[in-house]
Amino acid sequence: MGGSWLRYSLIGLLVVAAILAPVGQGNYFTYVLTSWLIFSIAAMGLNLTLGYAGQISLAQASFMAIGAYTTALLTLAGWHWMLAMPVGLFLCFVVGLALGYPALRVKGHFLAFVTLAFNTLVFLVLRNEGWLTGGNYGLIGMPRPDFGLFSTMRQINFYYFTLAVTAVAALVMWGIVRSPWGRAFKALRENPIRAESLGVDTRRITLLAFAIGSAYGGLAGALVTPLVQFIEPGSFGLVHSLRILLMVVVGGAGFFFGPFVGAAVVILLPEFLRFTEGYYLIIYSALVIVMLAFVPNGLLGVGALLRDRLRPARQRADMVEGARLK
Amino acid sequence: MSQFMQVFLSGLATGSIYALVAIGFTLVWQAAQTVNFAQGEFVMVPAFFVLVGLHVLHLPLWMALAMAMVLSILVLGLLFKKLVVEPILPSGGISLIIATMALGILLKESVKEFYGAEAQPFPAIVPHDPINLFGAVVSMQDLMNLFLSLGIVVLLTLFLNRTRTGRCMQATAQNPAVAEILGVDVKRMILYAFLINAALAALASFLITPVYLAKFSNGETLGLIAFIAAIVGGFNQIRGALAGGLLIGVLDNLTATYVTAEYRAALPLVLLIAIILLRPQGLLGTSEGRTV
Repeated sequence: MGGSWLRYSLIGLLVVAAILAPVGQGNYFTYVLTSWLIFSIAAMGLNLTLGYAGQISLAQASFMAIGAYTTALLTLAGWHWMLAMPVGLFLCFVVGLALGYPALRVKGHFLAFVTLAFNTLVFLVLRNEGWLTGGNYGLIGMPRPDFGLFSTMRQINFYYFTLAVTAVAALVMWGIVRSPWGRAFKALRENPIRAESLGVDTRRITLLAFAIGSAYGGLAGALVTPLVQFIEPGSFGLVHSLRILLMVVVGGAGFFFGPFVGAAVVILLPEFLRFTEGYYLIIYSALVIVMLAFVPNGLLGVGALLRDRLRPARQRADMVEGARLK
Repeated sequence: MSQFMQVFLSGLATGSIYALVAIGFTLVWQAAQTVNFAQGEFVMVPAFFVLVGLHVLHLPLWMALAMAMVLSILVLGLLFKKLVVEPILPSGGISLIIATMALGILLKESVKEFYGAEAQPFPAIVPHDPINLFGAVVSMQDLMNLFLSLGIVVLLTLFLNRTRTGRCMQATAQNPAVAEILGVDVKRMILYAFLINAALAALASFLITPVYLAKFSNGETLGLIAFIAAIVGGFNQIRGALAGGLLIGVLDNLTATYVTAEYRAALPLVLLIAIILLRPQGLLGTSEGRTV
């Protein structure tokens, strides 16, 4: 099919661009690119929850915190990052299940409220349990992963390391959304009653989507630890959860590449809009409201809209309802 | 015992203010299926309208309060409905929820940038003096807050149950289609719900800000507590929001005094999960047979 050939070559081009982007650039630019990749992972996870399963989670930054602190504590204790990271992921998955189980028992946006309140709890634990988390001062001096010949102490090497992790995470996500599970997510979003009548266990599928999405948050957190090498409770507050949520919405919830676009807008744009200073968030949030009024499907939704104008015959049957954001 | 009375009464006083915010939230939810995640900021902003009136325009306190009330009703009621809710509601509930979150950030950052990031002192509307009640020392402010907010709730309930407009609003909330057929001006009733919500938020703001100081980030906790109060009490009625608000106010104070001060802010999460597991329709709510 011509369309898919075009798509694969486009993805290939993007990967090449991602590999070449930091070459010859300064450390700061590479740092910004790395945090773009990390937030893309967090947003990818939330996209599964919001875009595919249609539930709002306001705790993605808290899951990042769980991943970051777990990895930090274990690597400080001498574990290798490759061993510490899965522990953080598993912890996020389990906490996600425990949090989602009660919240998804009832109809309505209860997950949003539960995760909103959960943010506060995580923040309190990080701040109050100083013996474990370093309290307000946080943790410092976490080592970066070392793979013998390939040390990630150099900023550009750490970027390539993050790029590889992101690629694996994206491939796994691709597999999830194309697996029978992923199809069940979509069935659920497009027509919940019919999905249920066909034997899809709505609650279990939604719960799984949320728990997997949370684990992606944990992975992003596990990467923040070696990138910044300093973590403190303030970096994982509610504001950051909202930021990740807006990334998903701005990029286009329910689109596979939406999170990458959204994270680029949220992470890279402030760098270009330095001159707006403190007004940046004001302008940005106002733009989000305007966007939701006119193009609720996000930036990729605009692309799809334009494509449909040019080639109106193609209607994707699994995007009729979309993420119910339109 | 006297300490318990003291803690209990001041909890009731704060709780009654939470109830005002929760009632407004419930009204808007019922009238327009709008889950307003900016509700906390709606309580934070009116206090700054008052401060602008006092310190920028040099108005006397009562005029500043009146101006803030009118501005709140216009901006947080009318403009909120016309500019945010109406264009986005057709896109679906989740879009609107996210838009209100963006609105919350917008309000918070605007106050921070245009007024200031520091906590500002706010004039007390009622006297501060401590008085002696059943052996407990209670501040006059707490008692007045309790009476004022309960008075407002009584008035609102009378309005909703005893006047024609109030009943039309209830009909609209229960079944807009049938209400329309019976000749209710549904659009106007929904607008009233938004205006009343803004007025309640402003009143709550005037009462609670003297206790906490005016700060741009006040809305975060207030909003969360109001949502939880509405859910705990039962989403489909005013009594529920009132009971939920009072309950949270009292429990919050008791937790801080007798259990743990460090983790008092975790109380909403505990309450929320307990209520979902034990009584998802809320304490006073009627069951609607809700499952996913």
